Formats: sequence, C-alpha cells, structure tokens
Amino acid sequence: MRSVEEILTAWGDRSPESLIPLLQQVQEAQGYVPRAAMTRLAAALGMPVARVYGVATFYNQFRFTAPGEHIIEICRGTACHVRGSAALLDHLRRRLKVDAEGNSRDGRFTLITVACLGACSLAPVIRLDGEFYGGLTIEKLDQLLDAVEQQPRRAATAAVSPVAAPPAATCQCEHQRG
Amino acid sequence: MLQDNHSSSPSMGAAIPASVLITPCCDRCTHSPATPCRHLVECLDHGPICHTDDLCRTRRADRLATARRGGVGTLIFVGAGTCGRANGALKIISKIKEFLTEKAIAATLVETGCVGYCQREVFVDVQAPGQPRLSYCDVSPDNVAELLDAIFVQGQWVNPFLFGRYPDEATSGWEQVPLVADAPFFKQQRKVVLEQCGVIDPTSLDAALARGAFQAAAKALLTMTPEETCAQVLASGLRGRGGAGFPTGRKWQVALSTPSAQKYVICNADEGDPGAFMDRAVLESDPFRLLEGLLVAGYAIGASRGYIYCRAEYPLAIQRLQEAIAQCHQVGLLGENILDSVFSFDVTIKQGAGAFVCGEETAILASIEGGRGMPRVRPPYPAVSGLHGKPTVLNNVETLANIAPILTRGAPWFAGLGVNGAAGTKVFALSGTIRNTGLVEVPVGVPMRQIIFDIGGGALPGHEIKAVQIGGPSGGCIPTPYMDIAVDYGSLQTLGAMMGSGGLVVMDERSCMVDVARFFMEFIRNESCGKCTPCREGTTRMFEILDEITTKPVGDELRRLERFRGILKLEELAETVKETSLCGLGQSAANPVLSTLRFFRHEYEAHILENRCPAGACTGLRTYRIETALCIGCTLCKKACPQNAILGDRKQAHYIVADRCIGCGACQTVCRQDAVLVAL
Repeated sequence: MRSVEEILTAWGDRSPESLIPLLQQVQEAQGYVPRAAMTRLAAALGMPVARVYGVATFYNQFRFTAPGEHIIEICRGTACHVRGSAALLDHLRRRLKVDAEGNSRDGRFTLITVACLGACSLAPVIRLDGEFYGGLTIEKLDQLLDAVEQQPRRAATAAVSPVAAPPAATCQCEHQRG
Repeated sequence: MLQDNHSSSPSMGAAIPASVLITPCCDRCTHSPATPCRHLVECLDHGPICHTDDLCRTRRADRLATARRGGVGTLIFVGAGTCGRANGALKIISKIKEFLTEKAIAATLVETGCVGYCQREVFVDVQAPGQPRLSYCDVSPDNVAELLDAIFVQGQWVNPFLFGRYPDEATSGWEQVPLVADAPFFKQQRKVVLEQCGVIDPTSLDAALARGAFQAAAKALLTMTPEETCAQVLASGLRGRGGAGFPTGRKWQVALSTPSAQKYVICNADEGDPGAFMDRAVLESDPFRLLEGLLVAGYAIGASRGYIYCRAEYPLAIQRLQEAIAQCHQVGLLGENILDSVFSFDVTIKQGAGAFVCGEETAILASIEGGRGMPRVRPPYPAVSGLHGKPTVLNNVETLANIAPILTRGAPWFAGLGVNGAAGTKVFALSGTIRNTGLVEVPVGVPMRQIIFDIGGGALPGHEIKAVQIGGPSGGCIPTPYMDIAVDYGSLQTLGAMMGSGGLVVMDERSCMVDVARFFMEFIRNESCGKCTPCREGTTRMFEILDEITTKPVGDELRRLERFRGILKLEELAETVKETSLCGLGQSAANPVLSTLRFFRHEYEAHILENRCPAGACTGLRTYRIETALCIGCTLCKKACPQNAILGDRKQAHYIVADRCIGCGACQTVCRQDAVLVAL
C-alpha cells in the first residue's frame, strides 16, 4: 500500500490543481481519506486544512472512515429506480444492518449509494468490488452476497497505514449525513 | 489507474501498442514525433506521397487492409464495454481462450466496445478468412461453449445465436444472412457518432486510422484557418449535446476572437445525468474520435492544452482514454508541431470526484482548479474568461465526437441530417421498462413514437407505457398521448421537458409519477452545491413536501393538514426556484415536479385526498395485512416491525394495527410463510 509520503514524492506538482488528484490517490491507496492525510496534503500544497477538508467533503467520491472488506455500490439512477432499486436498497440496508450508508456491523461490507453507474440498460445494477451485476432481484442479490460471505475473511489489517488514523479518530465534524 | 493523470505524456506502466500503420515503409519515410511529416494521415490512404515505389505502395495498402479488417486470419470480436462486462464479457473471453487452446484453433481475440444494443449483449463477432464478419448475440459465459462448438467444430455458421453480418464487398454468397444494420433495432437509426462503436478495437490507433480517424484533423490543420474551422462548425448547425443546446460554432468563435496567449478546451465527460450513458459508450468504444474532436477544437480557438473531465465512476473509459492519448503521443498526433504545423496540443485527463453540479460549465472550471465544484455567475462566459481566467471552450463528449464527420463530409451534409430543419443526429440512452434497451442514434427531430415503439419495441409484455422521462433531473415526463412530439430542442420545451443529455427512461403503469418527482427532488437536493439559497433551501422544501405526500399521515391531525398545505405551496415554490437560482441545476430543478403536476395531477390528488398510490409504487402509502390462514405465529414480523404495529401471541395469527403502520414492508420481507400481503 502506498503511503501519503510516497504519493507526494511521485507527484511533483504542488499547485492547487493537484488537490483532487492527490485526494483520489490517497483514497485509492488506503481505501479512504484519513484525517492525517488531509493535514499532510494541506501542508504539502501550502493551503489551510479547512480548504482540503472543504473540497474533500464536497465530492461524493471521498470517504472518511475505513471501508469494509467488500464495497457494494448500489445505483440509484432513474432507470434503476423505475426497475426497483429502492427495494434492493431497503433489502441491503436490512440485511447488512446499515442505517443509510456505511459499514455493516461485522465490517465485511460497505454500502454506498451512487447517483448513476451508467449501465442503465441493465437496471437495476450494483457494483460489487468494481464488478457490475445487472438485472438484479432480491433473490439474485442474496445469492451474490451469500457467495461473498462464504469466502474466507481477509486479514483484519484492513486499511490502516502508518499515517492513517484509526476510524474512530477521523474528523469528528464529518456531518452525520442521513 | 491514477498513476499519471496530470501529464498525458506516455509514461504509463503497460507497454503502448506500436502503430503498424505509422511505421515507416522504408528509409525514405522520415516521419517521427520529433520530425513530423505533414502528409502523415494522407499517406495512410494514398501513400507513399514523398516517393514513388510500388513495393512501398503495396506494403502500405496491405497494412491498411489488415488494420481495417482488425487483424489477419480468423478474428473473434467480443463486445467488452461496461455493459458487455456486466453480462460476463470478460468470462466469455477467457472461455474462448480456453476453447481455442484446447482445440488448437488459430484465431485472434479482439475486444471491442459497445454496439449499442445492450439488451442483446454480449455480442461476439467472428470473421474467418473469405467470409464476412458475422455477429452473434445473447452470448453468456454459460452458452459460449455451445456457440463455439457450433462454429468451429460443426461448421454451422448460421445458428440460433446469429444476429447478422457486416457488409463486406470482398465476400459473396452470404446474402441470405441479414445485415446488422437492417435489424429492426438498427434499421431506423442514423449512426454518425456511434458509427465505429462496437466495431473497432478501441485500444488500437491503427483500427481507428484505418477507418478514417484524424483525416478531419489533418484537413483542418493543413488546409483551413481557425476562422474557417469555426465557420464550418457554425454552418453545420451543431448545438451542444450536453443539454443546453448552445451553437458550438458560436462558442468557438467567441473564444477565438478573445485575445489571449493561453486558451483551453475542455471536454465535459462528467456524465452525471442518471439515465444517460451515451458518453460512456463513446469514450469506451471510440476514444480516438473524441481526441480528434478535441484537437480540432483546440486548433479552432488557438488552445494548446485540452482537458477531459471524466467521471471517476467510469474506470474503463478513463483507461481507454489514457491508452488512446499515449498512442497518439507516440506517433506525433498529439504533442509538439502536429503534422509539421505550428500547432501543438496536449491532453490531460481530470477525474471527476462525483458531483452532479460539475456538469455545469463554471463548476467544472472550479473543480479542475482544485476547488469545490460550485458554479459562478455568468457572464463572463468561460469562452471569454474560463479556466485560470483564460478563454476556455467546454464541449460535451457527443458534441466533440460530431466534429470529425462535419469536417470530412461537410457542414451542409450535417445540417441536412435532421428532420424539419434540425441539424445532425442525437444519441439517446433508452432504458427503463421497455423491450429494447440500449443506445439509439436518430436524426434530431424524429417523433418520440419512432424511438420508443419502432426502435425500442414498446412496452414490456403485459404492460403499458405511461410516460417517458427525458432530460434527467432537469427534464420532464412526456405522457403517452404526446408521443408524436418531435424530439428536437424547441418542441420538447413546449411540453416543459428538454433534450438534456439524452437519457430516455420509459415508465409503465407500475411507476408512480409522484414517486418519480420525489426521486428527482431527492437527487437534486443531495446534489445542490449549496451556494445559492433558492436551490439549496427550495429543493429541500420541495423534497419534504413530496416526501410528505408519499407517506401515510400516521396519527396526528396536523400532519394531514400539512399535506394539503404543502401541495398548495409546491407549485409556487417550484416557480420561485426556477426563476431565481444561479445555475442550470437550480433553474431546471423544478422541471420534474412541474411536468408531473401538469400531466399527472390526478395522481397527486389520489395521494393527498385518498392516501392512495394508484400505481402501488409508493411504499409509504402501502397498507399491509396479515392473512390469518397462513400466519403460523412465528413472531418474526412482530420483531421486525419498527413501529410496534404488529400484535399477536406466539403461535397465534398476528395482525397489523393500520394506524401505526408506516408501510415500510419490513414484515413482508421477513415473513417465511408469505402471509403478509399488500392490502389494496
């Protein structure tokens, strides 16, 4: 896993334009954007931490807590909605015991709703760990998740790097968005 | 994936496939990126130009023929765009590889993009020497073995998977197999932007060059002035395909006439509209066409730097673009002094980070500059003062993909493509409850009926189409009686809808229009950037009103009253938000509400007056009951109910207290006896 320092070394440009690409690389490497990484980026780019935080929280892509082992992105686009993605989402929330979005209690899954995955012709669609699954029903979704749950669990080291703060220490002010 | 999206110089990890077509035919050919030759593109077709040598001529012609075909020997093309992959294209590819190794069959696998008929994915095309390219559809990882067996073992080229053939003058005797273009789904389409999508290998510059890529760029750079290029685009009547429909040529002219040492062109590939995926298809299936359009735009306004702002949700598109840019750099079609002209051009990919508002042009600028993607007041328009305060032209993917055909085939040709004076074609993404989903490219101005019924095949069996949602969260719903409306910029506005980016979501009687309005309002509320009050507050209040209408008023008399008052205010609020918001997002935010109120007022009335959702879609208005004969008293539903609305003792039939029930359906989900039913 690349650390924030490695990312900064590889990326020479220190103009404000670099902020979003750097945040994306941090998330790509560590699974989320830890608080410490935001402070470090602010120092490197010579801008207030508030600016980094403001930009990071503006965009839907960035997460501020460590994700679970498997990431489920459920498409909530129009075509998916018309073809019943709301029921799928309700089902996922119940099954994973997640309020709106976030990690399941056992830390195995992270549920994320996405505005549109752009695979509308196959609605309703989810993306599980980067792979698309289309034409879903609750039964098919359950089969899919059952299969994933039967896989052995990954080592518990998850996404904690030397600079990454544990999830509990991430920005307290990250609003509890409903 | 993120390794180097700042500079587009070819520094990627994977090796870039070398272009065979641009390899010198002999020592006399001197082209290299450092010493560019102005005849590079022309030479592909009619080369060599700088010397006469029959051997070189034959060599070039052979290479071109091979590149046009896609390779030598037997070729197997697999449609592996995102939708193909969702249907198992990658598994199919590995199964084909296994099969070929096992049977010791020599064939080359080629990954293509999306042919547009997503419903019948995965498409596998096979082209054997001396035969036309035959297209097979509905292939899945489970039945691919059957297809391969039929073709390669039994020699049955005509089998149930066969969809059609591509035209091929060199072969004969296949006339009984219909052409792909004559299939009902394709017959009424007019492909300009999607011409090569799903046909060529999107990772191969040669495949694109062999089919005419960069000829328009060469024509512009070598024979036209920037003024002429702008004038040609203006004369074609091309209008922005991203939604606003501003004449592209005029935008270019403004940027050209604004003096500045540095200018920029930006391709808006942040296709955030739910229900739209035509840009993704172009990016994944024919990235070179987009790069060519961007290059010409750069030349036309005098910009040396281009950006492609692409959604991070499209990883495959980003990968294809990176590969395409690297290949163009390698042969000198991007970089310094392109085709020995004074024009230099470089392209940078910027990944969007998931904000719908970043489809707005000033918001994109803020985002590229590294800030929060918030729109600003216009004027000044970006064409005058855009990125870093410099003149900047922003064009949508589909707009730029139209540039090359306009220059090669001429502005009058493009202007004459549409119906009733409209120019060009438009790609629509057809989805929802319709028979044929996929991408449809038709002349601008054809009736909606033609797209939905003739091409789309109409409603799903046993259902009836109720409305078509066009234009995403900024558009409106067009009810079935208005299906004869011409799909062009002006006509749609008379129905309170708009062309938008071209998402067409078909809804049948199972969709509730109030629920759809609520759905869009929830989306807009989440995506409002929060800068201006009408949009930030207005969309939230509108959402609350719609949410109130679509849930049951439980208990409280006050809530019943609020539902009535809310609907009275909804229309007024919608008009206010429309008139006073800062950017296009807010100005169009109310459209879904206004258009559903206009055409489906009776549905709103049923929700408010009768607490009933006629379509049965609003879960919040559903009432559940427990069928006593089926209930075994397992208490699962009682435990699952968040409202404590279910009463009953163990091993006794349970029942639901209607006044407490919020209609969440939790009981129905957990019941193993299917005893919880929706009371209608």
